[in-house]
Amino acid sequence: MPLDLTLLPDGGVPWLTASGEHADIVLSSRIRLARNIAGFNFSSRERDGERLRILAQIREIMPRVPSLARGMVLRMDDLTSTDRQVLRERLLVSRELAGTEGGAEARPASAVVVSEHAGVMVNEEDHLRLQVFRSGFDIPGALQAATRVDRELGAHVPYAFHRDFGFLTSCPTNTGTGLRASVMVHLPGLVLTQEISKVLQGLQQMGLTHRGLYGEGSDVVGSFFQVSNQTTLGRSEEELADHLQRVVKRLVEQEYAARKVLARDAGYIIEDKLWRAYGTLRHARSLGADEAMNLLSGVRLAVGLKLIGGLSIYTLNKLLVFGQTAHLAHAAGRALTESEASVARARYVREVLANEGRSDG
Amino acid sequence: MICSQCQDRDAVVHLTQIVENAVAQVHLCEKCAAERGIETSVSAPANPLGEFLQAAQQQAQQLPGDAARCSYCGTSLREFRASGRLGCARCYGAFEQSLKDLLRRVHGSATHVGRRYEGSDEPGLERGATLAELRGRLDDAIKTQEFELAATLRDQIRTLE
Repeated sequence: MPLDLTLLPDGGVPWLTASGEHADIVLSSRIRLARNIAGFNFSSRERDGERLRILAQIREIMPRVPSLARGMVLRMDDLTSTDRQVLRERLLVSRELAGTEGGAEARPASAVVVSEHAGVMVNEEDHLRLQVFRSGFDIPGALQAATRVDRELGAHVPYAFHRDFGFLTSCPTNTGTGLRASVMVHLPGLVLTQEISKVLQGLQQMGLTHRGLYGEGSDVVGSFFQVSNQTTLGRSEEELADHLQRVVKRLVEQEYAARKVLARDAGYIIEDKLWRAYGTLRHARSLGADEAMNLLSGVRLAVGLKLIGGLSIYTLNKLLVFGQTAHLAHAAGRALTESEASVARARYVREVLANEGRSDG
Repeated sequence: MICSQCQDRDAVVHLTQIVENAVAQVHLCEKCAAERGIETSVSAPANPLGEFLQAAQQQAQQLPGDAARCSYCGTSLREFRASGRLGCARCYGAFEQSLKDLLRRVHGSATHVGRRYEGSDEPGLERGATLAELRGRLDDAIKTQEFELAATLRDQIRTLE
């Protein structure tokens, strides 16, 4: 039976609402905490039945963990590969947990808990990966919420913790706090003014790393980037989060400045390019995944520059996530070939935009 | 991180160079850094014989280290180096020294200063963890046919249950 996405609290994507600060540039802020349960081998070296016992333990304590009490448990090995990919497109599970690469099967007893407060991946590279999203630019809010879930969960499950090394993780790159703070940012101004490589180099020197929208191994498309801390040990959770918050604040300022330069020096060229992107999205009969993302990037910039009125960032966020291949296949109720998905995508985008987006051009 | 020159040894010297207004990061092992005339805390060997002796000594130190295994989950240091994944929480104790060096290289520190975990307050679950641990060790003992150990573990499990 296909996954009923309406059962997920807020569809699992409350951050789409674009209600947070600078939501046109910062799509979402996320805190992820990696945790393992004492007494079990790490996932990659599990002994018979350990993953099942871990999942059973989480199910058993969930009612007593306030943040997760009303959450839903989705077992990855019960879902079709399309449904697993849908969860991936909503950023609720990692690529590893979705296990959709090359038609691979889901890892036995791997699961995700989705509640209105947080998500918990179970039996990922680490036994537990807690994550909290906030709409817009709000790392401190995400950290506060994640810490609460972590304390609640840690009161019921014994975490693997070491006096000197902190929270123990399967990969030493996550040891210590186990914390990865990240933002999804849209930086078309810096890309178009060709400032981006300098800016990204600067991020690296400040201990931050950047990736495509879908994290590790994903390409940068449509000027969407994920920026996160690189190290997890030797600094407190607050220091790590605060550092990212400060650097990204500067990044947002740089993006606004770049947009001003664009509007001043290349006004009509940019305006023409962005209206063309909007026109294509409104009328195309076939849209590839990357093509759609690039065009949505242009329209998002146009909304930010107030060239196109009446179109909300919320709508653009929805198009970005729900216009992806697995979502289209899920809506169609069957697997789609690439060309079928392109046709379905164009239809979906046209329908959504026909109901919104009054032009003033 | 691997040395960007020889593509073989671990990089221990991290340089940030500015060439024509572009910033470039160079990561070098001790040997390649020394070849470029960059001083490291460990001085480059003065003569080839010294170099040979040092290499031989390092190799002698390295091999038993690589074969070291975590007595709890059986992961060897060699396996960890190949996969980058540890097998269980106890590997941190088993490979403590190697990990300290690695953590310092990766994070610039080997000491956690963040939130400390106070433990779970459900007594039943602490017991659950111990039980899970014992059951795991029992499985292993049966697999490796250590029946005396298996019997002891079974008794311990029964007592806890």
